[in-house]
Amino acid sequence: MKAANRIRVFEWLVTLPSFAWLLILFIIPALLVFAITFKPSTPFGGIGEGWTLDTLRTLSNPNYPAIIWRTIWLSVATTALCILLATPMGYYMARISPARRSLVLLLVILPFWTSFLVRIFAWKVLLHPEGMLKQLLVFIGLCAPDTSLLYNAGAVLLVMVYTELPFAILPIYAASEKFDFRLIEAAKDLGATSFRAFRSVFLPGIRVGLLTAFLMVFIPSLGSYVIPDIVGGPTSEMIGNKIAQRTFVDRNLPHAAGLSALLTLTVLVPMVVIISLRRTGAVNRALIEEGV
Amino acid sequence: MRPESGGTECWVSGEPVEDANRPVSEFLEFENVSKHYGSIKAVDHVSLTVKQGEFFALLGPSGCGKTTLLRILAGFEQPDTGRVRLGGEDVTDLPPYERKVNTIFQSYALFPHLTVWDNIAYGLKVAKRPKREIKEEVAKMLTLIQMEDQAWKKPDQISGGQKQRVAIARALVNKPRVLLLDEPLAALDLKLRQRMLIELDLIHDEVGITFLYVTHDQGEAMSLSDRIAVMKSGRVEQLGTPEEVYEAPRSSFVAAFIGDTNFFSGVVAEPMEKSHVLSGLLSAAVDKDYSRLKVDGLSDLQCYNDKQIREGEDVYLSIRPEKMRISRERPKAEPHLNALQGEVEDVIYLGSQTKYWVRVGDYRISVIRQHSRFLLDEKPIRWFENVWVSWHADDGFMLEKYSEQDEKLIQLPPEEVGEPVGNNENGPAPTPEGVA
Repeated sequence: MKAANRIRVFEWLVTLPSFAWLLILFIIPALLVFAITFKPSTPFGGIGEGWTLDTLRTLSNPNYPAIIWRTIWLSVATTALCILLATPMGYYMARISPARRSLVLLLVILPFWTSFLVRIFAWKVLLHPEGMLKQLLVFIGLCAPDTSLLYNAGAVLLVMVYTELPFAILPIYAASEKFDFRLIEAAKDLGATSFRAFRSVFLPGIRVGLLTAFLMVFIPSLGSYVIPDIVGGPTSEMIGNKIAQRTFVDRNLPHAAGLSALLTLTVLVPMVVIISLRRTGAVNRALIEEGV
Repeated sequence: MRPESGGTECWVSGEPVEDANRPVSEFLEFENVSKHYGSIKAVDHVSLTVKQGEFFALLGPSGCGKTTLLRILAGFEQPDTGRVRLGGEDVTDLPPYERKVNTIFQSYALFPHLTVWDNIAYGLKVAKRPKREIKEEVAKMLTLIQMEDQAWKKPDQISGGQKQRVAIARALVNKPRVLLLDEPLAALDLKLRQRMLIELDLIHDEVGITFLYVTHDQGEAMSLSDRIAVMKSGRVEQLGTPEEVYEAPRSSFVAAFIGDTNFFSGVVAEPMEKSHVLSGLLSAAVDKDYSRLKVDGLSDLQCYNDKQIREGEDVYLSIRPEKMRISRERPKAEPHLNALQGEVEDVIYLGSQTKYWVRVGDYRISVIRQHSRFLLDEKPIRWFENVWVSWHADDGFMLEKYSEQDEKLIQLPPEEVGEPVGNNENGPAPTPEGVA
């Protein structure tokens, strides 16, 4: 018993730093953001005394739902495209020889060796009306000379997919590598075509990787601000841009905090609901009853 | 007990598995099938036919090509040459999902994200069968494997034996023409393996479809199969019933791989003249032809000539331990009786039988004595006693010499290396104890 107790104390000591880290740098700031929402702003960009619901009232501004909606659909689209591209990639990487696998893995993480900002500016150069990509597309005839590739939601989506793709590939590859590919053979043996085996055995087999990829892409996408700022235009603003604008231009911290809190809640509430449903097994049972 | 042909055998849903007008004898046919991996010949010009409803075993040491042959039939591998026919239809070029065969994998390969019920239903769902039918068929299968109350468990919540049974049900529910079993019991412990052996046999009797069973365990193959193909280095070494393969092995490899045997290395001396034989009392032996074998360090041994053997040839004389008799007194002289005197080196009492190892010259002879009478009335033979080991010339057979490669394939236990005694460690039972 004494030894067991000692181990428990040790476990606590080991996990304490990460708990402290989470508490000081994540939970307390998040709660502060929520609290500041209910503070008045001062004309000099500070936070005033007392409590107020002013910020909540300004959040009902009709511009916001549109921006929030755009933020969500751009993030969903980015996540969907990334997972769509990363899944075959992960499958492929798990099937090739170890030597080639490390080469491909190197290529996947290669972009990280260059600054994030530099890579986005590179896209700006490519997509620029006089840029190489634009010229090429016009030359091939895929693009009319007067259409703009930059400063719209399409450009934002493209660059977001580009930046987030490795974050989808890596967890999906990690899950695929652990997948028992004999199960695919078993499925084919039972009459499934290659596609059916992929869909009904491989995808459920790497679902942890898919979920991780979803979280790793979707959450940063929701908060993205640099990409829409550089390659986006006024019609492709995301909530991140608004938060930045309120902080740096309007110097209205409570307003920025309110938007941040709103963003956090939009992500957290559906997730908490899904997780609690899964925990009670309601989802699983519903699926079984459906005969899925 | 086993259905001779499954042609009219009805099972599970009550429909005949196969058309009655198909030729039963050539239900499954491998014709001149070869498969190479680089320079390695995994399967080397194999031709064999399996009858409908038969329990057919492919038996051999690892790397003999038995699994490759199975995978060729399942459609996971393409043969380099040759054709595979199933029920008269050429299936060589069909993808796995278009073949009416199902496999039970060594690793079971149950889908971990699906329940037992969904695992069994998988093939039927893929085949887009009506929901009601799927429910009925799966329920029947769950009854067959006696797991009705475990239907909603996931594979990681059930035991190894249960996984095995689910794998069987998942394959059988599709009513395959041939059920392929790839070392299905290798992952189970001994006790469970013995129980599953009986269950497999019962299931085979019940469903009456053709089983193609791949194993390296001669005990499994012997106890279950109607016929066995013993494979070595990509070739079929011998094909026959368990009795044929055990009693009349065609090569020393087969003799050593299936069960235990004693090998005496010798040179064929002149064949025994008829006149010699005539001096014997048994008239039945008169028309038989016997050879005399010169063995280094021993007296000449006699052996029945079941094949053309020329004088001066180097051969092995192989005798099964249970065909030998052990006694303190010199056995009465009989025609064609071989008798050797030696010293008991080891005794293992096993209840129903006793195993003796007797040192005769350079040889360590293994003898099994069955106890058919009350043992305590006699004075049992002990260590270091001088004994006689004898056997009838009809019970031995002459085989070509065992190559070094054979020895590696069979993997003699270390203490036996260097002695011409083939002792197979792959199976627990030296005699074919039919479970059925």
